[in-house]
Amino acid sequence: MSFTTPQGVEPFIVSKFFYNKEAAALDYYMKHDGYAAAKKSLAMTPDDVIAEVKKSNLRGRGGAGFPTGMKWSFIPKQSSVPKYVVCNADESEPGTFKDRAIMTYSPHMLIEGMIIAGHAIGSHIGFIYIRGEYVREAEMLEKAIDDAYAKGVLGNKVLGTDFKFDLYVHRGAGAYICGEETGLLNSLEGKRGEPRVKPPFPAIKGAFGGPTVVNNVETLAAIPWIMTNGGEAYAKMGKFPNSGGTRLFCVSGHVNKPGLYEFPVGSVTIRELIYNYCGGILNNRKLRAVIPGGSSAPVLAPHELDIPLDVEPMMKAGTMLGSCGVIVIDESFPLVKAIRVITHFYAHESCGQCTPCREGTRWMEDVIYRIENGKGTLKDVELLSNIAANINGKTLCALGDAAAGPVASFVAKFRSDFEDLIRGGHNA
Amino acid sequence: MSKLLSEDFYKEIKKIKPRYPTNQALLLPALHLAQKEYGWVSKEVMDEIASAIDIPPSVVREVITFYTMYNLKPVGKYHLQVCTNISCCLRGAEDLMHHCEKKLGIHAGETTRDGKFTINHVECLGACGTAPVIQINDDYHENLSPEKIDKIIAELT
Repeated sequence: MSFTTPQGVEPFIVSKFFYNKEAAALDYYMKHDGYAAAKKSLAMTPDDVIAEVKKSNLRGRGGAGFPTGMKWSFIPKQSSVPKYVVCNADESEPGTFKDRAIMTYSPHMLIEGMIIAGHAIGSHIGFIYIRGEYVREAEMLEKAIDDAYAKGVLGNKVLGTDFKFDLYVHRGAGAYICGEETGLLNSLEGKRGEPRVKPPFPAIKGAFGGPTVVNNVETLAAIPWIMTNGGEAYAKMGKFPNSGGTRLFCVSGHVNKPGLYEFPVGSVTIRELIYNYCGGILNNRKLRAVIPGGSSAPVLAPHELDIPLDVEPMMKAGTMLGSCGVIVIDESFPLVKAIRVITHFYAHESCGQCTPCREGTRWMEDVIYRIENGKGTLKDVELLSNIAANINGKTLCALGDAAAGPVASFVAKFRSDFEDLIRGGHNA
Repeated sequence: MSKLLSEDFYKEIKKIKPRYPTNQALLLPALHLAQKEYGWVSKEVMDEIASAIDIPPSVVREVITFYTMYNLKPVGKYHLQVCTNISCCLRGAEDLMHHCEKKLGIHAGETTRDGKFTINHVECLGACGTAPVIQINDDYHENLSPEKIDKIIAELT
């Protein structure tokens, strides 16, 4: 695996050990203060750990950006059934490839985060639900877990304390929807990965009916740093209220240096990321569009690049930071084709439970396809906006919105691309 | 009736059973193990899995058809899955797909007559920074070009 290493970007938190092949080993991690944060946390009360995480303003790194400390605090103290810590390592949002690097280079950072989460919510069992395609990454995690058991980091006496924590890897089998937390939980239980009706939320009734916290890999990997350095220090890195720490940006598409870039959240704009760090656009071509937060995020036009990369500014701009998968498209690639590829994906991955999503995603794909092939009419452009509006907000889970938002935004911002094709013009 | 799945399969299932409070949770791991043995999962194997983990055969069918990774018919010795999602498309995935199809003389979804290669489209593999990507069996091949995939295919032939 090769990545572009960002130069001179500090501080590194979750990317601290990236590209260092030795860093995955337990001995190496231990030598670099590994598991010190877990030791420290286990000596604290669970409430104090949660308070520290709340103070950090850590928001979920999977896409929704929910405050992690608050999520943990929803777990009931008393439970007659086991509670679970589940790591969402499904990484299925197109444009996103950060969790894979964390699992490759820092599996123990993730394991340490899960131990701390277990202590905080009073859970003794964790599962890492990893997408099925990441076979090698799953093997690396298994190895890291075996080593952790052998050294007393996991098991009946975690790091010599009375805290018990067991951790297992569970592989998915190819389904985008299993990145949605309740779809993931159904999949973990051996069922079809169809999202559940909420409430009850996983915090009350999650895996196997027990109170469950589901956190993304990057979220959990940030926990050791927070517990070592304090929530306040993490919160201070953020440039906007209620959003702390750093985020890993996954840049793909038409840039000279695609790869992973870790920055304090909100400190860099999209333009700076593309031109100052990623070496600008391939072959000096002109940029035409940027999808900032994984393929579910509404698209941005070239005049919208001066937005800081954080949850709130992105929301204000009518898009989302999502999973930080920044997909850059230049003038050489037809935009109608781009949205057709994206819409095909959502049509393929719709689980089929909700009619607006099941039927609407396929319908949108059909309409875009005929426009792309010169068989559309001007009414089709309206039709696309109409279908998107009738999916948005009308489904059980966020997949419907994820499919509708991109279509609505491509039509709104690049209408002439659609109309040119309809009138028999070229792909702009 | 003689068993289709190996001793190792049954040993592994026994080993992981205590992790889960329900039998059905063993289904995805069991299907992965079975596919590792045969390269695909036949109806007979599905039925054996159902009895091995003590769930109804209908549940196995219901679940296996939800997931794209389980092969419901045999695939070639080398299964090439070409990512054609957006980030890979921006980096030439469609050309790469056509190149592979031409090279192997088959279309997406088909297997070469000697049973060696199967080629398929696949949705995002989560390696977009090193696009375009092809997964061959368990391994990712990244930053690909037609020349690079030619070399890889030559090594497998």
